[in-house]
Amino acid sequence: MSLAWSQHLIVAPVLLPLLCGALVVPFKESRHRLKFAVNMISVLCLFAVAVRLLVMTDNEAWPQGIGVYLAANWAAPFGIALVADRLAAMMLLLTSLIAGCVLLYSAQRWSRIGVHFHSLFQFLLMGINGAVLTHDLFNLFVFFEVMLAASYGLLLHGYNVARLRAGIQYIAINLAASLLFLIGVALIYASTGTLNMADLAVRLPHAGAHQLPLLQAGAAILAIAFLVKSAMWPLGFWLPTTYSAASPPVAAMLVLTTKIGPFVILRVWLLAFSSAAGVSSGFAFDLFLWGGMATVVFGAAGMLATDVSERLAGYGAIVSSGILLAVIGYGQASLVSAGLYYLLGSTLALSAFMLLLELIERFRSPGAAVLALTMEAFAVEEAPGEPVGVGIPAALAFLGMSFAACALIITGLPPLSGFVAKFTLFHALLNPPASAVTAKTWVLMALILLSGMAAIISLLRFGVRTFWAAGRVAQPRLPVTEVAPICLLLGLCVLLTVQAGPVMDYLVRTADDLHRPQQYIERVLSEPAVPGMQGKGDAR
Amino acid sequence: MELIIALAIGIVFGSGIWLVLRPRTFQVLTGLLLMSYAVNLFIFVIGRLWIDRPPLTPGPALPDPTTVADPLPQALVLTAIVIGFATTALFLVLMIGARGVTGTDHVDGEEPDR
Repeated sequence: MSLAWSQHLIVAPVLLPLLCGALVVPFKESRHRLKFAVNMISVLCLFAVAVRLLVMTDNEAWPQGIGVYLAANWAAPFGIALVADRLAAMMLLLTSLIAGCVLLYSAQRWSRIGVHFHSLFQFLLMGINGAVLTHDLFNLFVFFEVMLAASYGLLLHGYNVARLRAGIQYIAINLAASLLFLIGVALIYASTGTLNMADLAVRLPHAGAHQLPLLQAGAAILAIAFLVKSAMWPLGFWLPTTYSAASPPVAAMLVLTTKIGPFVILRVWLLAFSSAAGVSSGFAFDLFLWGGMATVVFGAAGMLATDVSERLAGYGAIVSSGILLAVIGYGQASLVSAGLYYLLGSTLALSAFMLLLELIERFRSPGAAVLALTMEAFAVEEAPGEPVGVGIPAALAFLGMSFAACALIITGLPPLSGFVAKFTLFHALLNPPASAVTAKTWVLMALILLSGMAAIISLLRFGVRTFWAAGRVAQPRLPVTEVAPICLLLGLCVLLTVQAGPVMDYLVRTADDLHRPQQYIERVLSEPAVPGMQGKGDAR
Repeated sequence: MELIIALAIGIVFGSGIWLVLRPRTFQVLTGLLLMSYAVNLFIFVIGRLWIDRPPLTPGPALPDPTTVADPLPQALVLTAIVIGFATTALFLVLMIGARGVTGTDHVDGEEPDR
């Protein structure tokens, strides 16, 4: 007896990038078309798998819409379980969409300024997808490391002095955070004897008084490791430097990896420290709330203070991370669905913004972008040179319009998805299910509005300086492959706005799932191993 | 026994923290190495310190779990060692690269103004 083929779809988002990434390693850099083709096919397959998983979880093809895949056929909690639920399917879809756009963008030039871009790109996708799917804390560490190792390589892709400097700090802080991750996982195992998240949620309420300090210390240290990744103040000083040093496609992917931190906190904390967790329920939620708000203040101040466009985008990512953390820490189910909508819109817009900034830079100072590339460092045989191919007409108008669209979403002004996101956030904040509106609600709302204001001022300043006060500029030549991804990302934001109703319905169902930890516990721990293939060791 | 191990791990980790906060990349690297040694030891001892407990090995009968050592921390520490080793090696390569390109081994890539 074997599993249905649809069951294997859950592990496909991890295996496919691994195989495709390894497949293109032996080919020389001169075969970049082949490498690009393999990479693109893999991303398209990932997109198809993500759509299929989204449909299956939402139509409840599995009981309660939670698919469980037991790695190596060991039943949970002894083996590693991969779990596909609505939240995971949504993140997989977002990952594949952004990856597809970024890959298309990098095809013309950026993938060729160094070696092994396509392999590293696939390994990054593997790490992200694995971290999204896994239901085991130590396995989460492994996928985090895969993701980070690939991101180290990508950050240094086409290396110059700025990237080396940023890389040293980025790698050092992430190595230290990984050590904290390990300590946290070890403490949790020492006190509860399990690493499976669902099993942890079962055992947590029964933790005795002598285990509790160790357990909570472990959870707190684990939280710090995640918060470094999500760039919470004061752990996020690495982010603007790293984003501004990385090449634009890599920066767009880093926007996505920064969202994995809040995602993991959402997953682990709502499952293990829910209201059913006894004395530990609600542990560290206040830290996320106030820390998130401090992050919003820091990001907004950074946006006002900087006049380097890439750093501006980096601080924008910090603000969006802060809002997400505050939303999670607020601890209200209706707010989580609004927060997820905000996550989708802001991630798409910030990725598009990262790509757009480079095109804008190209006409502000022609030739500067080319100087930034260091070809000599690697023996890359074929220099990509100036952008070739047919330029699109009215390039300047396109840049201006796209910039305006990105700015509208990041600041949260109507009519695009940023406004819908902030409106639903405020709606949820002002309509609490039971208790009255408290002081922290007003503080959070004021901070979200003020951060929007700071974003308006700084983006307007940048826009005016770039598009109006630039004097006579030559029309830049923008190849279609670099314009299309930006259009696609912004088109997705428009789609998100137009289809806000169905999307919100889906996200409400997602948030409801997350607030019913009992059904994860039931599904994960009761998933049977396939009989007949089990216990080879016992049979000897 | 527990106290000695705890003190040893604490001293190694503390030295690591001090070195990580130093301004030269080689000191940072050494600090990260010391910290990862301490963490590996720490993971190893969370399976509790026992004497005379054999590892879990296949045998004819089902083993009694109270008589064998906990195998999971051993598996975890192996994975952690491998990953830590690989990422530290990567950092070392980057460090040498940065030294070559910037001409300094300061973590900021430039000498501070004196």
